[in-house]
Amino acid sequence: MKNEWPLWEIFIRGQHGMSHRHVGSLHAPDAEMAIKNARDVYTRRNEGVSIWVVEAKHIAATAPGDKGPLFEPSESKIYRHPTFFDIPEEVGHM
Amino acid sequence: MAEVDQKALLQFLLRMGDNTLVLGHRVSEWCGHSPILEEDIALANTALDLIGQTQLWLGYAAEVQGEGKSADDLAFLRDAWDFRNVLLTELPNGDFGQTMMRQFLFDAFQSVILARLLKSSDTTVSEIAAKAIKEVAYHVERSADTVVGLGDGTEESHSRMQAALDYLYPYVGEMFLSDDVDAAMAAAGVCPDPTTLREEYDALVSKVMANATLAIPANAYTHKGGRTGYMHTEHLGHLLTSMQWLQRAYPGCEW
Amino acid sequence: MYAQLIKTARSGIKSREEMSEQEREFQDKIDNDIKIEPRDWMPDDYRRTLIRQMGQHAHSEVVGQLPEGNWITRAPTLERKAILLAKVQDEAGHGLYLYSAAETLGESRDELVRLLHEGRMKYSSIFNYPTLNWADIGAVGWLVDGAAIVNQVALQRTSYGPYSRAMVRICKEESFHARQGYHAIMKMAFGSPEQKRQAQSAVDRLWFPAIMMFGPTDADSTNSDQSMAWKIKVKSNDELRQQFIDQTVPQIEYLGLDLPDPGIKWNEERGHYDFSDPDWTEFFDVIKGNGPCNTDRLKDRVAAWDEGQWVRDGLMAHAEKKAAAKIAAE
Repeated sequence: MKNEWPLWEIFIRGQHGMSHRHVGSLHAPDAEMAIKNARDVYTRRNEGVSIWVVEAKHIAATAPGDKGPLFEPSESKIYRHPTFFDIPEEVGHM
Repeated sequence: MAEVDQKALLQFLLRMGDNTLVLGHRVSEWCGHSPILEEDIALANTALDLIGQTQLWLGYAAEVQGEGKSADDLAFLRDAWDFRNVLLTELPNGDFGQTMMRQFLFDAFQSVILARLLKSSDTTVSEIAAKAIKEVAYHVERSADTVVGLGDGTEESHSRMQAALDYLYPYVGEMFLSDDVDAAMAAAGVCPDPTTLREEYDALVSKVMANATLAIPANAYTHKGGRTGYMHTEHLGHLLTSMQWLQRAYPGCEW
Repeated sequence: MYAQLIKTARSGIKSREEMSEQEREFQDKIDNDIKIEPRDWMPDDYRRTLIRQMGQHAHSEVVGQLPEGNWITRAPTLERKAILLAKVQDEAGHGLYLYSAAETLGESRDELVRLLHEGRMKYSSIFNYPTLNWADIGAVGWLVDGAAIVNQVALQRTSYGPYSRAMVRICKEESFHARQGYHAIMKMAFGSPEQKRQAQSAVDRLWFPAIMMFGPTDADSTNSDQSMAWKIKVKSNDELRQQFIDQTVPQIEYLGLDLPDPGIKWNEERGHYDFSDPDWTEFFDVIKGNGPCNTDRLKDRVAAWDEGQWVRDGLMAHAEKKAAAKIAAE
C-alpha cells in the first residue's frame, strides 16, 4: 500500500516579536499532527514560541527564471533608501 | 500542616518516581525502532520527560529517606520487590498500539493526579507537580490523539487497538487503589486519596475511547501488587536486569 | 563521513568549451558560491549525485541510531540515560532533515527508504560495527561524531541550498555529541582499572573504523573530481582524515590511553601526525555487506518499517476520514 504521509513545511517564531521563519519540513497525516510533530522535531532546544504548518503542495512560489523581471527593477530605485538623502547635521536626528 | 509520617511519604514518593522511571525506560526502548521518524522523535521526548520527572521524585525520595542516597542509588540498586510502580508501567511494549494505549492510560492518570498535587501541603511535591504537569498535558494530548487516530483508522489498526485496550484495562484499577500510605498522605494534605480521582479519570478515558470507537471492557478484573511491591509481574525483573547491569557488575564506580 | 564512496553520476569533468550555456551559467554560480536552490536549473547528474549523497547521509543517521540505541536501556545513571537518549534522538532528527533536503529534489522519503531496505542504497560503514561495552558509547560520540563533524562542518559550504542549510542545523545540534562522548569516556579512562580497560578496548576497536569513515584515499577515490567541482563535496577524503587525526591524537593522550596505532607519530616536517593505513580490504568487505553487523542493522530497520506500516496507514486513514467529515459538514 503506497500511502506516504503528506509533506508539511514548518515555520517557527523563535521569540516574541519576531516573524515566523521557515525551519524545515516533515511528514504528518494532517495539520494537527503536523503541528505536534513540528513541536517534537523542531523545538527540542527551546527554539520556538509559535508554530505554523503549511502542506507543501499549497505553497506557490516564483519561478527562478522570473528573477530578472521580478526583482531587478527595484535595484535602480535607490531614492527609496534613507541614505540617498544628505541632511545637514544641524537639523538633528531624522 | 499535620505531622507527615516520613515512612509513608517515602512510599508515596517511590510510587510516583518508580512509575515514571519504569515507564520512561519502557518508552526509551523504542528509540530507533518506531514506525516513522516523527514518532520516534516524539516518543524519545516523552521518555526524556519521564526520566527528568524520575530524577525529581526519586531525588526527593532519597532526601526523605535520609540515608545519604541519591536518585541513582534508588533507581539502580533496589531489587524488584522494593519497586513501587503500578504494574501497568512495567508491562512490555508490545506493538506500537499497545505502547500508545499504555501511555494514554497512564498519562490520563498523571494529568488528574498532578493537577491535585499542585495544591499539595508539601511544597517540594507541589513544585515537582508544577513542572511535570506541563509535560504531561502534552503527553496526554498526543497519546490521546494517537489512540483516537489508530482506533478510528483502518480495520487492522482498530482491532489492534481494541486488543491493546482489552489487555491493558485490567491494570488500570491499581492506580486507584488505596491503602494506609494513601490514607496518611490524604490526612496530611500531601496527596488526595486515589479513589477520589477515578471519576475524573473515567470521564476522560471514556471520551477518548468513544472517539477512538473502542469499547472499554466491562467488569474488568483489577490486577494489583505493583504499588505495594507485594507482587510485580515477571517483566519487571528483566527490565531491571538490563537497567541495573552496569551498576551491579561494577559497583562503586563513577559514570 | 556519513556519505562514503558516492559514485558521481558521470565520469570526468567537462571543460568550459564542452558545456552548454546553461551548464556554464550553473558552473559560474557554483564558482561564485551562489547556492543552487530546488527550482533552479541543474544538470541531471548533479541532481542524481546529490540525491544519492543526501540519501546515504540520511540513511547513516537513522541506521546510526542502532549501535548507540543498543545501550540506552543499560545506561548506568539517569543522567547518562537522558543524555544518550537525547543524542540518539538527535540522529533521528538529522535523518529527517536530510530526507527533507532530498525531498526538495522530488525524491520521496519512502522511496529512499525502500532503496535502503532493498540493499540498493548504502549507509556509512561505521555503523556496521558493534557497541560492546559502555565505553563504546563514549567512543562513538567522541570519535564517530567527531569524524562526522569534521566532514559536516565542511559540508555547510556545499553548493545545494537545502543540503547546506540542513548541515548548518545539524552542526549546531551535533556540537554536544562529541563533547558528551568524550566526557563519558573520560570517566571510564580515569575510573577503576576495569573501566579503563573498557575505554582502551573501545578506542582500539573503533579507531580504524572511525578513520575509514572518510572513505578511501584520494588516489583510490576516482569519483571525487566532479563532486568537488560541483561543491557537493568540499574537501578531499585525505584532507579531512588528516584533520581528524591531528585533532584527536592529543585527546587520546590526555585520556592516558595507549594509541590504537603504533604508526602514529608527529611529523615535524609535515606539521601533521603520520599514521598507518587502515585495512582497506576490511573497508570494502564491510561496504559489500560483510561487516560484523550489516545483516542485523538492515533487519532491524526493515522490521521497524514493516511493523510500522499499519500505524502509518491507520493514522492516515483517520486523517482522511476526518477531512471528509469536515467537508461534508461544510
